[in-house]
Amino acid sequence: MFNYLKNSRQKQFIFLFTIFLILYFFIPKNENNYLWRLPPLLKDLPLMFNVLLDNLMFNWFTIPVWDPDWQMYEDKTLFRIITRSISNLVLFFIIFIREVFLGGFQTVNSILGDSITDANTWISIPALPWTAVVIGAIIIGYKLEGIRLALLAGIGFFYVSVFGQWEPSMQTLSLVLFTAPVCFIIGLSLGVWGYLSKRVEAALQPILNVAQTMPHFSYLVPIVVLFGVGDHAGSIATIIFATPPMVRLTILGLKKISPEVIESGLMSGCNRFQLLFKVLIPTARRDILIGVNQVIMQCLAMTTIAAFIGAKGLGFNLKVALNSLKIGKAAEIGICVVIIAVVLDKLSLAWANKQKDYFANLNFYQRNRLSIFFILLTVCCSVVAFIASYFFPEGFNYLYLIPFNKGLTVSPILDAFVDWIWNTFFYYLNSFNIFLLTNVLGPMKQAYLNMPVISTFVLFMGAGYIIGGLRSCLIVGSLILFIALSEYWDRTLITLYMATFAVGVSAISGIIVGSLCSQNDFASKSILSICDFFQTFPSFIYLIPVILLFGITDTSVMIAAIVYASVPATRYTVEGLRSVPSSLHDAGSMSGVSKLQRWRLIDLPLALPHIMLGINQTVIFALMMIVLGALIGTEDLGQLIMGSLSRPNGAGIGFTLGIFISFICLAVDNLIRTWADERKKLLGIE
Amino acid sequence: MTEMSIYENNVCFDLNQNLTGGNMVKLFKGLVLAAVIVSFTVFGSIAKAADPIRIPVLNWTSQIVMANVMAQIFEEQGYTAELVPAESASRYEAVRIGDLHVAHETWESTMALPFYEAMDKGGLIDAGSHDLITFEEMGIPNWVIDEGLCPGLPNWEALKSPECAANFATADSGGKGRWLEGPYEWHTDVMPNRLKGLGLDELWMVKFAGSADALWAELDAAKKEGRGTVIFNWSPNFTDAAGFTFIDFPPYFEGCRMENGGTLETTGCGSPKGWLKKAAHIKFPITHPAAYKFYTKMSFTAPQIGLMADLVDNQGMSHADAATTFIAEHRDLMDRWMN
Repeated sequence: MFNYLKNSRQKQFIFLFTIFLILYFFIPKNENNYLWRLPPLLKDLPLMFNVLLDNLMFNWFTIPVWDPDWQMYEDKTLFRIITRSISNLVLFFIIFIREVFLGGFQTVNSILGDSITDANTWISIPALPWTAVVIGAIIIGYKLEGIRLALLAGIGFFYVSVFGQWEPSMQTLSLVLFTAPVCFIIGLSLGVWGYLSKRVEAALQPILNVAQTMPHFSYLVPIVVLFGVGDHAGSIATIIFATPPMVRLTILGLKKISPEVIESGLMSGCNRFQLLFKVLIPTARRDILIGVNQVIMQCLAMTTIAAFIGAKGLGFNLKVALNSLKIGKAAEIGICVVIIAVVLDKLSLAWANKQKDYFANLNFYQRNRLSIFFILLTVCCSVVAFIASYFFPEGFNYLYLIPFNKGLTVSPILDAFVDWIWNTFFYYLNSFNIFLLTNVLGPMKQAYLNMPVISTFVLFMGAGYIIGGLRSCLIVGSLILFIALSEYWDRTLITLYMATFAVGVSAISGIIVGSLCSQNDFASKSILSICDFFQTFPSFIYLIPVILLFGITDTSVMIAAIVYASVPATRYTVEGLRSVPSSLHDAGSMSGVSKLQRWRLIDLPLALPHIMLGINQTVIFALMMIVLGALIGTEDLGQLIMGSLSRPNGAGIGFTLGIFISFICLAVDNLIRTWADERKKLLGIE
Repeated sequence: MTEMSIYENNVCFDLNQNLTGGNMVKLFKGLVLAAVIVSFTVFGSIAKAADPIRIPVLNWTSQIVMANVMAQIFEEQGYTAELVPAESASRYEAVRIGDLHVAHETWESTMALPFYEAMDKGGLIDAGSHDLITFEEMGIPNWVIDEGLCPGLPNWEALKSPECAANFATADSGGKGRWLEGPYEWHTDVMPNRLKGLGLDELWMVKFAGSADALWAELDAAKKEGRGTVIFNWSPNFTDAAGFTFIDFPPYFEGCRMENGGTLETTGCGSPKGWLKKAAHIKFPITHPAAYKFYTKMSFTAPQIGLMADLVDNQGMSHADAATTFIAEHRDLMDRWMN
């Protein structure tokens, strides 16, 4: 029997599943039975987190601070003074960048003080006319790549301004222009440090894992408590979300450097400082800059989430538009987010690919030709804008700043499109919805809720043991144990049920679509662009319209999650299949395989490790969307995480449940990654 | 191949450790630390100087327009005002510790709890009420009555008829009629208890929506589908304009609800009428006295709040323009409140 199992993993899994089923049906449902549900030993955890935060902010290490308004000393805690000065610092920079684009006097005011600015109200930063910004974008695009990128950047910004989204777009852009460099600096520093010290790298790994898998909403409340509400809070939340890929790519890039490069640096007499900044970082430049590109995309993906804690800009306007169900308007704003993302993405990629040019002996004009052009044109635009202000008597100067809601709009067309979809498909979709709810989702949810805790453990830990031995088994087990010891196990099961369904459907559809599209170059390129679009298009926009079609039911949440989570599955499938060497295809053709056989017997097995990493991402994406699905109405962990946003003491519960979600991701990640690594080794790809 | 890469790693690691590693880490740490300290001392103090009046904006129209009205008046008085996107309940904590200066639309039924919790902890003051009565209740859009989907509405007794309930069924309601409540944390079990108290739980069930957005989407979806819908709603709200009727439940009295010590017989009572308060940070009167005076005197009526929403929702103005128009139309009122 033992030997029989030893040789086949398939049989091991069948054996495991049989035990699982036996336990599933024979464990009695009884709250006092520890095999059915574990006691909530960790239920005080959220409370402890709250007490800790409360003490840090209001009780520990108090210092008397003179308050000029009250004319008395006030006790402030050291920690709060530190976090609030970080807030002020961040806010100062964001406002400064924003005022460069949109004008204002807060920056001058905070440097010079009230007394001077009150007396001289004319002191302020004038806004850059939108025409100048568009020209600036064109020039940067031209300098980085050439005429194509220049056109793209120009048209992108032109669209944004003509459609009346100038002001919110620039607010969002100013947030990104501050946040992305900060992420870059923090990510690069941590990455370099992690490269230099193994211990630091080991310590960074789990932190990065949790930061990348935790739903955003769970750290919003702690941030509000620590840093207050406003643009700075939005920026800090974005930093947490966007920095991890930067750290990872920096470590990766530096590790790839061959020792010869370092040796040659040392032989040329570099000191430590020079070695780092002149040898190591420039050599790893490409990976590092791809990190920057990731940072920018993540920053824009966070715009709507950051609006929950006070970030101004497109995200906030989108929320307002959705609140009165102006779907067309919301989609229009969403498109602006995508456009800004695409422009910044292409610009940063071009920067990553650009080789440094080493022409010496250029004179001042030759070196700074484009900057000079930009300055001259900006002056021209300003003059034109100033003159134009006499021609637009109603107060909106269309050549200076196009006011919000005064531009062109396509929202009636988009609204009509939504109506058309409704009119054409609703009745079919409704019967599908009823079928799905009563025959699939409902029973599945019940089945998950009827699962005894012991059988869940057997399934996960057994899978861990089969795939990665005792180590995986224990890691997965302890991650799940942490959740099982809380009072939210039932809700976790509901989350698991939704995640299983969403991941299953996304994975299948992703693999099918990916396989079909990878058959030719054009289709693969198009599908990858579509993936980019859906990754940056704020998912809020389809979260609400889905309700129109499927009502406030689990189906709506599933649809939204599947749309979003299919993206990585598709992307990784295309990448995986495209990377199968063509010599293998030829070898297959010579042995006489048909196209389908080739896909099944050659392509898929070779690409599977990579595809599985895509599935890994799919799990993370699906869970994030399911948490967001609480906006529609769910009864899982997400409901409590979203609810924590509007509770004064929500920090603890939101954060703890966020960690639960993160642990689910990490458990799955451990299983998939162990499997993929082993498989890659077997196949000789690495 | 594998051996090779291990070898490479080793060399790389040794080089770093012996020739550059230890000292470089130190240097690097020092650089970062120095940068952090310098930036703190320089900017932490500078940025403090600007202290605009921070007004929260939430995600419904009248609230945003009112925030804009206040911002424009405060700027007229010579202050700077800043609009900060915020969340409805968590903003009281922000007002309490001074991150926000005001919270100008505080609804009794949903926000009284965080409002008074913040007041208990100290730092938040009550700056008076608006001149109107707020009401929050389950209700139906007017077309549901017009189409005769449930004869007898808005009287709650009409809900007792099984034919009526059937018109309100959805895919996941199991044949029962569905009440769509707001998010669970708004009133927890009040509505399920009410159904039990009125003996309607055989025919009706309660589903909790995830957000206000979901409520409005349901309103739209039901209308398109021609299916009846009972949703939680409040007044004044933008739905007033499209026609919305609240269901008449047995009258509310103190202690009728289960969580206030009521019994199953009394818990069928309706919702209380409530106030709409204004909250302020405790230092607001000292730091911005004239603004605070205006703020305490400011008291809008239901038609005025309706107008604010109307200017944006139906006349297509931006929030700031709507505020300007509103101020222009109510100039004398604003002047009276400022003096």
